[in-house]
Amino acid sequence: MTIFDLFNTKLGESDSQQAIASRREAFRQMASIGKMTAAAMAPLGLSALFATEAKADGNKVLDVLNFALLLEYLENEFYIKGLDSGVIPAGSDAEKAYMQISKHETAHVELLKSAISASGGEPIDKPGFDFSARGNFWPFAMYDDFLALSQAFEDTGVRAYKGQAGNLISSGDVLTVALQIHSVEARHASEVRRLRKLKGWITGDERGQGMPKATQPTYDGEDNLMQGGLDVTNITSVGPDGITEAFDEPLTKEEVTAIATLFIA
Amino acid sequence: MKLDTQPNQRIGSAPETNSARRSFLKYSGATLATAGLVLSGCKEFYDYIPKEPGADKVNLGSGDVGILNYAYTLEQLEAAFYEMVMKMPYHGMSIEEAIILEDIKNHEVVHREFFKAALGSDGIAALAFDFSSIDFDSRESVLSTAKTFEDLGVGAYNGAGKLLKSVDYLLIAGKIVSVEARHAAALRHMVDTDPTSFAGDDVIDKNGLDRALAPQAVLEQAAGFIVNKINANNLPTS
Repeated sequence: MTIFDLFNTKLGESDSQQAIASRREAFRQMASIGKMTAAAMAPLGLSALFATEAKADGNKVLDVLNFALLLEYLENEFYIKGLDSGVIPAGSDAEKAYMQISKHETAHVELLKSAISASGGEPIDKPGFDFSARGNFWPFAMYDDFLALSQAFEDTGVRAYKGQAGNLISSGDVLTVALQIHSVEARHASEVRRLRKLKGWITGDERGQGMPKATQPTYDGEDNLMQGGLDVTNITSVGPDGITEAFDEPLTKEEVTAIATLFIA
Repeated sequence: MKLDTQPNQRIGSAPETNSARRSFLKYSGATLATAGLVLSGCKEFYDYIPKEPGADKVNLGSGDVGILNYAYTLEQLEAAFYEMVMKMPYHGMSIEEAIILEDIKNHEVVHREFFKAALGSDGIAALAFDFSSIDFDSRESVLSTAKTFEDLGVGAYNGAGKLLKSVDYLLIAGKIVSVEARHAAALRHMVDTDPTSFAGDDVIDKNGLDRALAPQAVLEQAAGFIVNKINANNLPTS
């Protein structure tokens, strides 16, 4: 059962799967349209390094960068709106933490847009977001919902970047930047989980106390005990919980897109 | 514990090492001849050829195996550190801190055992560590060291990713590095009062990027804790 099914069952929206599928297709097209566009001047010196590498590996790298941009758009807007809404206790440490997270997501959006342009691609436009997921969450009115979605977005982000690393292996410097974002998302995830009184790491495929069932696709598969062809339970005395916590698992682009699409208006 | 410092014979590194030695011999011969040195008085010609640099060190090897041994080195260091931490908990360790540190210890032990098993006969030996600079009874000393190790681990994996050739190994490294980053954030929260420290401006740059460190820089920082001399000369550099 995919998250589409889950949500559609819950929401009773029989036509949304098709709508989502066409939106997905639209993104896919958007991501590839810009590939032959002339490189724009990159505002950031860092992004110059993308120019040669991304071209060498063509669409694959641009697709990854635009896919990452979609996620960063989502996170960035979520935190800007959350901080504006007053849902986070004013003056709290949590508010300071979220300002830091928000700052990073804004930087990631700018960096990825520059990188895509420098690589001869065209950054996708920011879609309209519906953070209520069609009336199921009220993150800008209810702090628990804000925290829950924040955890889901960060834990999804970690898995999303991880799932794309292999597509960047021939573009070393782009890969490095992706990894540098990936570990920042993991730091965010750890902190947000702590704000929700959870451990910073994922045990088994548990989404954690208080997380809505609809967020389960973010955690499915995290209970994997096989690494590099080895059953890790056979090589350590540490129990299965510790083993699953010790390795974060990737999500495919399709799995991540399915999750993100729930929040696209 | 004094360890055998002879590098293990490793499939991945052997050809490169031999060819390096061959070209060294060739070069030395040419230099000696050019210099017109009289060799007849020598006991043995080979006595005058310096030993291969670092031959008495723990050799990480080359290629992907070398990078995995580099990761194994860091995981050995972290696991040994947290084993000490939990063997002699610092004064005033709270239950919450104990739970978190025990979890982190278990994760690092899993990483260490995983690399040991995955590398098999290509793996370096168990290393010896010198933690004499750490006061294990001091919360500040333990947690600030833990923070340093986790941040270093994150930077190390981020920098090593592009040195790997195998997509499978890259994925494994990716699965581990985000857990190290989760640790780093949790420890920073424990030891620092600044509520932004979990991803503080001291480690995350203005582009929102974590650190990516080259193996040599990482090993330099770790060297003070590792008794063995680590030879990373054959690691890939790009």
